[in-house]
This record gives sequence, C-alpha cells and structure tokens, in this order.
Amino acid sequence: MIVAIVVGVVVLLLVIGVILMYNGLVRFRNRIDNAWSQIDVQLKRRYDLIPNLVETVKGYAAHERSTFEMVTQARANAINAQGPHEQAQAENVLSGALKSLFAVAEAYPDLKANQNFLNLQEELTSTEDRIAYARQFYNDSVLSYNNRIQTFPRSMIAGTFNFEKREYFEGDPEATGPVKVEF
Amino acid sequence: MYEQIGRNKRRTFALLFFFVVLVAAVVVALDFVVGFSTFIVPVAILLAIAMAWGSYFYSDRIALAASRAKPADGPEYRRYHNLVEGLCIAAGLPKPRLYVVDDPAPNAFATGRNPKHAALAVTTGLLETMNRVELEGVIAHELAHIKNYDILVGTIAVTAVGTVALIADIGLRFMWFGGGGRSRRDSNAGPLGLVIVIVALALLVLAPFVAQLMQFAMSRKRELLADASGVHLTRYPPGLISALEKLRADQAVVRYANRATAQLWIESPLDRDREHKHTWLNRAFNTHPPLEERIRILKEM
Repeated sequence: MIVAIVVGVVVLLLVIGVILMYNGLVRFRNRIDNAWSQIDVQLKRRYDLIPNLVETVKGYAAHERSTFEMVTQARANAINAQGPHEQAQAENVLSGALKSLFAVAEAYPDLKANQNFLNLQEELTSTEDRIAYARQFYNDSVLSYNNRIQTFPRSMIAGTFNFEKREYFEGDPEATGPVKVEF
Repeated sequence: MYEQIGRNKRRTFALLFFFVVLVAAVVVALDFVVGFSTFIVPVAILLAIAMAWGSYFYSDRIALAASRAKPADGPEYRRYHNLVEGLCIAAGLPKPRLYVVDDPAPNAFATGRNPKHAALAVTTGLLETMNRVELEGVIAHELAHIKNYDILVGTIAVTAVGTVALIADIGLRFMWFGGGGRSRRDSNAGPLGLVIVIVALALLVLAPFVAQLMQFAMSRKRELLADASGVHLTRYPPGLISALEKLRADQAVVRYANRATAQLWIESPLDRDREHKHTWLNRAFNTHPPLEERIRILKEM
C-alpha cells in the first residue's frame, strides 16, 4: 500500500514537472517568434519614414534626382526582398543609399535647419537603433531558448516533443549596425 | 559581462542570507536578555513589513513626488522617448512612464514595483550634458534596475533593517524598564550565563548598525549589477563609461533628493564630498560604489 502511494506521488510529480517544462519551452519558443516579428515592425517603420524624408529633401534640393531615385529604388527592393539573405543584402543597399541622401543634405544649410528634416533624422536614427536592438533581442531569445532545450533535463522534453534548435540572426555587420549620420 | 552579472546576483543572495542570519541572531539574543520573544518577534516583523511594503507598493508615486518629477511630454523629449523605446525592445520590457526633473545636476532614477508599473526620470541637466550614446548608457542602467527588480530587493533590505532595529529597540527598552536582566536563564546561571547575556546585549546594540551596513553593501552590489546588465543591453561599455566620467566631473547635487530614494539614482544624488575620501568607513555608508571603481570595472568588460 505504502509503496503504491509513494510510486503514485513520484509519478504525479514527474508528470507535473514535464508539463511545467513543456509549457516553459513553448513560452520561450513563442518569444522568439515575437522577437522576429519585432524586427519586421521596425523595418516597416523605416520604410514608412523614407518617403517623407525624400519629399523633405526634395523641397530644398530638387535637382539631386539620381540620389532620390537610388533611395526609392533601394526601398522598393528591400520591401520586395524574399528570404533572410536577400533581405539582409537589400537592407544593406538601402542603408548605403540613405547615407548618400544625408551626404547630399549636408550641402544645404537651409535644409539642415529645417525642423521637419531634423525630426525625420532623429526618427530615422532611432529606428536604425531599434532595428539593431530588435535583432539583439531576437538573438538573446534564441540563446536562452537553445540553452534550455540543450541542457538536462529539458533536453529530454525537447527531444520528445520536437523542439528544434533555432538559428541566430547573423546579418552583414554593415547591415546590422546603424547608419552613421553625422552633422 | 556575463560573469559580472552572475557574480553580483550571487552576492545579493549571500547578503539576503546574512540578513536572515542576523534576524535570527537578534531573536536569540533577545530571548537571552529579556527571556521572552514569542510576542515581540512577530509584532516587530509585522510592523517592519507594514512600513516597508507600504512604501514598496507606492514606490513610484512617492519617489516621483519627492523629486518633483513632471511627465516628459512635448517634442523636446523626442530623443529621450526614442532611446527608451529602443532599449525596451532590446530588454523585452514594456515601456516605462517617462518623467523629467527640472534640475541642472545630471542624474537619473528608476522606480516602480515591477516592470509594468515602472517609471523612469531624468534631470534636465542630464539631457543637456549627455550625448546620444551616453544618455543611452544611463537609460540602460536604469532599465536594468527595473529588469532586475531592484525596487523589490531594496524593499526587502529595508524590511530586514527595520525588523532588526525594532527587535533590538524593544528588547533594550524591556531591559531598561522591565527590571532587565532578570530573565529565566539569568536566574539560574553562573558566570557563563552572565557572559552570554553580555554578548547578547552587545549583539542587540550593534545589530541595527550591522543591518544598515549590509543594506548599503547590497545597494552597491545592485549598482554594479545594473552597470553590467545595462551594458548587456547597449553592448557598448564606452557609452556608460563616458557618461560616468561626465558625472564625476560634475559636482552639482540634486535639490530634491533624500536618503530614502538615494539608492535608485544612477549615482548618489547627495553630497559627494565624502565619496572622494576613500576610507573604508565612508565607503561603508555609501549607497553607490565610487565612480572610479565603476568606470574601472566597466573598462575591463
């Protein structure tokens, strides 16, 4: 009788342990997905800022057409990019195009004093930061998830229920870093 | 960086453990001196909890009101909001409420009992003197306080200090007025009993100071932890280093700061003349480690 009770309690504790660990792993996996969508949100925010920026600069430097076209084209390519690798490359090109746009702005003192331009510049800088931070948070989330599914005893649960190891976001260092905007 | 975070967490636990030991020691001492502790101890603990946890629950409102912080609305605080939003993404925290303290002394503090009720305040002096990366370093340090639940840790420390002080106080008063020393143990013990009573008395007298010192030690550990985990967010130690160097160069003192909120600020908001005299006694009563030491540790990361 006592043996049966002891066995029953042990089994119950084991079952509860498995449930808790399983739920924990699911939470961590969902956090990774959330972190990934955060990156998209910030990238989209950057796409939304760019037309405004181009319009503002146009008001002061209308004849710098090639620069505007370059930025607009790079933005369109980045939006339409498929897959992480192509995306990273397109973002890289877009960052470069924005750099030359700000270089153009350098030559127009009136533009540099324009409040709207300054606001857009601040927004763009902080969006670049946020993209970097969102990627960092994604990688941090992947790290803690991978640590969990690879260490005992969660590794057993992960193996049984097919929790797969996730990949880190490894962008081109040029693309992950913020665009340097100096004035 | 990771080792720093781990080490500071372990030290906090060690200090919490010593607090428990200290409370237990005081209870035993009380028992020897007065002869009864069954009634005093629960009352003391409850009183200490009531006092400290009231301030814990309203920590954000109290701290913000005491330092005369105003909500940071308006376009001039755009950069401040943006930096906080970015770092919150990195930390996976909800965005705290943002406040500004109109004061030329550069400083900042975070408060609130958990990340959902967190608030962050910076002085106008900080916004003026710091550039973007420095400001980011300071804000990351404050967000780290929120993420590490330092308000909770601080409250636990204050509760422990309060408990020890109350027990010691009550015990000594009973000794004084209630025909002290004639406890059940005392009456039937020889010279050994006398020694024990004297040791217990000494413990009761000294315990409140020891508890205070431990509270300050804990506060310093949490500062170092916040430095380390703040840098973990920005991944850029030079930002915080250069911010701390600017703070060191600036001798101004925040007007509406007091002892109670001191441990929440990025550097001690109180008179810092003392901090420059590096005797261990002065050090022991500081809520923050010396800026030089924090800078040195950050440079090693």
